[in-house]
Amino acid sequence: MSTENSLPISHRQRLWLYLLGGLVMLFLIAPSVIIVIMSFSGSTLLQFPPEQWSLRWYQSYFGSVEWRDATIVSVKVAVMTAIVATPLGTAAAYAINAGTLRLTGAINALLTASLIIPVILIGIGTFFLYARIGLNNTLTGLVIAHTVQALPLVVLTVLSGLRSYDMNQEMVARSLGAGRFAAFFQVTMPQLRFSIVSGALFAFITSFDEVVVSLFISGGETTTLTRRMFNALRDQIDPTIAAISTCLIVLSIVLLSAAQLLGRGR
Amino acid sequence: MSVGSASLDHAGRPDGVLNADALRADARRQALGLLALLSPGLFLVFSIIIVPIGWLFWLSLFDETGQLSLANYARFFEQASYIKTFATTFKVAFVVTGACVLFGYPLAYMLSQLPRRAASICLIFVILPFWTSVLVRTYAWLVILQRKGLINNWLIDLGVIGQPLPLANNFAGVVIGMTHIMLPFLVLPLYASMKTIDVDCLRAGMNLGASPAATFRQIFFPLSLPGLASGVVIVFVLCLGFFVTPALMGGGKVIMWAMRMEQATSLYSNWGAGAALGVVLLAVTLALLGLFQWLLGARATGVWSRR
Repeated sequence: MSTENSLPISHRQRLWLYLLGGLVMLFLIAPSVIIVIMSFSGSTLLQFPPEQWSLRWYQSYFGSVEWRDATIVSVKVAVMTAIVATPLGTAAAYAINAGTLRLTGAINALLTASLIIPVILIGIGTFFLYARIGLNNTLTGLVIAHTVQALPLVVLTVLSGLRSYDMNQEMVARSLGAGRFAAFFQVTMPQLRFSIVSGALFAFITSFDEVVVSLFISGGETTTLTRRMFNALRDQIDPTIAAISTCLIVLSIVLLSAAQLLGRGR
Repeated sequence: MSVGSASLDHAGRPDGVLNADALRADARRQALGLLALLSPGLFLVFSIIIVPIGWLFWLSLFDETGQLSLANYARFFEQASYIKTFATTFKVAFVVTGACVLFGYPLAYMLSQLPRRAASICLIFVILPFWTSVLVRTYAWLVILQRKGLINNWLIDLGVIGQPLPLANNFAGVVIGMTHIMLPFLVLPLYASMKTIDVDCLRAGMNLGASPAATFRQIFFPLSLPGLASGVVIVFVLCLGFFVTPALMGGGKVIMWAMRMEQATSLYSNWGAGAALGVVLLAVTLALLGLFQWLLGARATGVWSRR
């Protein structure tokens, strides 16, 4: 594709475009790079590049009970969210893909509502609801709220996997005597496993990075990492956050690469 | 599924009738099964998103004394602070969307013209920030832009300026931070739509004697407009309800819509006021998306979420 793609325009004529594009790419990536480098700084001053190097901000992160507890809460919630959202999303994607239901449009709209409705409204609404049913500041409440946020991503990821899957294979299995569930678990799911795992990874990171809803519904012992970071940033710029940010960036890279590799495997 | 192969069944009816009944029953069973697969997800979304928002809408129709009134909405026109919040929000949304178009279009164009391999490497520069926490990126911009931040330190060390420039905790800081966060939301759908533009159209134009600039202006650019419009709508709508960056980088001076909602509910426990703001925000969001769909006959496609 790449060879036919080229127009009779030389790279030299495109130099300005590459320059402009390169600058925008720099704009996009520079903040993350700067934070990673700053996290190894030895001083409390914001100097770039740092004059001394140290791991003190990592020590301050891992040594602090508050940060560690918040991290554990976030990991727990993200894992649970992935565990809950993945089967729900996969089931929904399967049903949507079958496409025989009326109201598919309405169902799609409802499932992806959390992508369209302003997240601040979801945060306030969830807080309001949880205040009445006692789910504020609980892990269960966080997992449910994050599942709703992660669901559309799982649905969309699995749906795109299903689009390139020939459903006739499942029909063949069923005509050979397999039940509906057996056909799905033995024929369809193994071939969808990459999409499903990608969906689970997206669900995990959606939950782990979620800020606004967590700001409203987490607190006390269930304060998530993002909520604690948000509050810390409101007060002052603590370089410990650079170390935490670096860990989050590395986590994003690892999960994205995993999803990418899985995509290639498909 | 199939009921006998004889031409008449026991009741003496032709084969097809009973078969049709069985097929209909089977289809119904299948539809129920699919609905059962959907129901847990739908139930969660319905009870966590739709019910509370409906409830809040109901609340917004009552004033503090519990009387049915539109006081919560009338306030938007009467109090100067609300009018200022709306003005700020739209100003930020316009400026950020404009900046995203200005920076995002050349990048998407470059990505679409690069060979596949190079493009997929360059895409990392868009996708990695996209999947990096909004908080992390806002923190990074605070470190870079604040009074004693990197840019001010550099400029002072170089002797360019004597006093630190006010880059963070104001309008400029909010716009820079939000542009960084919104840019991938414009670039990704725009790039995807540019990839679908048939290169043969461009080549035909050039064969017929159009200069590269004319080919771009008369063929490529018009064909890329639907993708651009899609990205613009997504960015604009996300800007209207954006919370994290203005809350952290606005320095209390740039009050946007979502911050107003948070203040009303968390600070003043005024659910009616916060709910009314939310209802109007949702209405504006849906209206813009609906308008887009009506004008272009297509849904605003793209990668949402990650706010």
